[in-house]
Amino acid sequence: MGEMDTLKKEADGLKTQIETARKAVNDTTMAAVASGVAAAPRIQLKNRKTLKGHLAKIYGLHWSADNRHMVSASQDGKLLIWDTYTGNKVYAVPLKSSWVMSCSMAPSGNLVASGGLDNMCTIVNIKAASPKTIRELDAHEGYLSHSRFLNDSEILTASGDTTCCLWDLETGKQKVVYKSHVGDCMCLAMSPDQNTFISGACDSSAKLWDIRDGGCKQTFIGHTSDINAIAFFPSGTAIITGSDDCTLKMYDLRADQEVNGYQDAALNAGVTSVSLSSSGRLVFAGYDNFNCNIWDSLKAEKVGVLSGHDNRVSCIGVPDDGLGICTGSWDSFLKIWN
Amino acid sequence: MSGSSNLVAMKKIVQQLRFEASINRVKVSQAAADLQQFCMQNALQDPLLTGVSSSTNPFRPQKVCSFL
Repeated sequence: MGEMDTLKKEADGLKTQIETARKAVNDTTMAAVASGVAAAPRIQLKNRKTLKGHLAKIYGLHWSADNRHMVSASQDGKLLIWDTYTGNKVYAVPLKSSWVMSCSMAPSGNLVASGGLDNMCTIVNIKAASPKTIRELDAHEGYLSHSRFLNDSEILTASGDTTCCLWDLETGKQKVVYKSHVGDCMCLAMSPDQNTFISGACDSSAKLWDIRDGGCKQTFIGHTSDINAIAFFPSGTAIITGSDDCTLKMYDLRADQEVNGYQDAALNAGVTSVSLSSSGRLVFAGYDNFNCNIWDSLKAEKVGVLSGHDNRVSCIGVPDDGLGICTGSWDSFLKIWN
Repeated sequence: MSGSSNLVAMKKIVQQLRFEASINRVKVSQAAADLQQFCMQNALQDPLLTGVSSSTNPFRPQKVCSFL
């Protein structure tokens, strides 16, 4: 009993030490720093395309690195790969399990990944004569909530078993397991330099990890419910999280703390998804209340709304060239705006 | 035994907290100023902020004129 008590005391002492260190550098607010900057303009984006084809709720979408193609996943049991310039479907990948929660495309455009309540991450080569499953990554003990390819031979996954994992696609085996969260991991995002990644979990914390050595480098607290969505600010020095507590937060990695919060007393819906414009000035957040709100990342003011879906906005994404934004919804449609 | 595995887990938690407590932190004033500067420097190249002209908008169906 004695050793446990000593350890608990030490843990509490360290948490206090961290809070004190954070307060010591907390010499101003983002609002104060941003007060000298002109307000962002009112953002009114038009719905340029509606991609129709899924027959059930859409749970995930991911732009190709070519800024033109996109993969989407629906619980109708299909992945669809779209040419967003024409609105045409280029490939359809039937899934073994229809309980899909996420999808992603490799930077090369050759591979797509999907997974969900089957606890597996299935890798499909879409450039083969007909889409061919090349790997079923099968070691997580909980649902697959998110995945992102580093390249054609490595992929990161986040799982309801509270871990994230880096897989070797040549062998199908786990290379690195990232353990520290105490709740289901719901989302992940890779840093622009691909040396680190961030994860958000149902323990209300976000964590920064070293991809290669598996170590958790920093932990960000403050949310009061599950973190469903996470994204890097384009400079790679800050992150944005979206939560069931109806707020988004910006955490700066170098100051190791929350530097801005995006909330509205009137907003009573959880955040499901988040994506940033290419300069980082605009934060696009999808909510349970069928809308997507656009926030000024510096002044934390709402500067626009994307409305048009008839059900929850479950996923959102801006392509690398920043030319548009796509929203995916439980209403089975994907909409492209700019 | 669940007692000893709890101890192992607790030791890992303490080890992680020790690591996180030891990092260097930059002042919020500096960090926020740098984020703001990044936004300002990239604002003009941000199509969602500045708008996409219809002639260069890949998502907007082009009306084609042809001579008959």
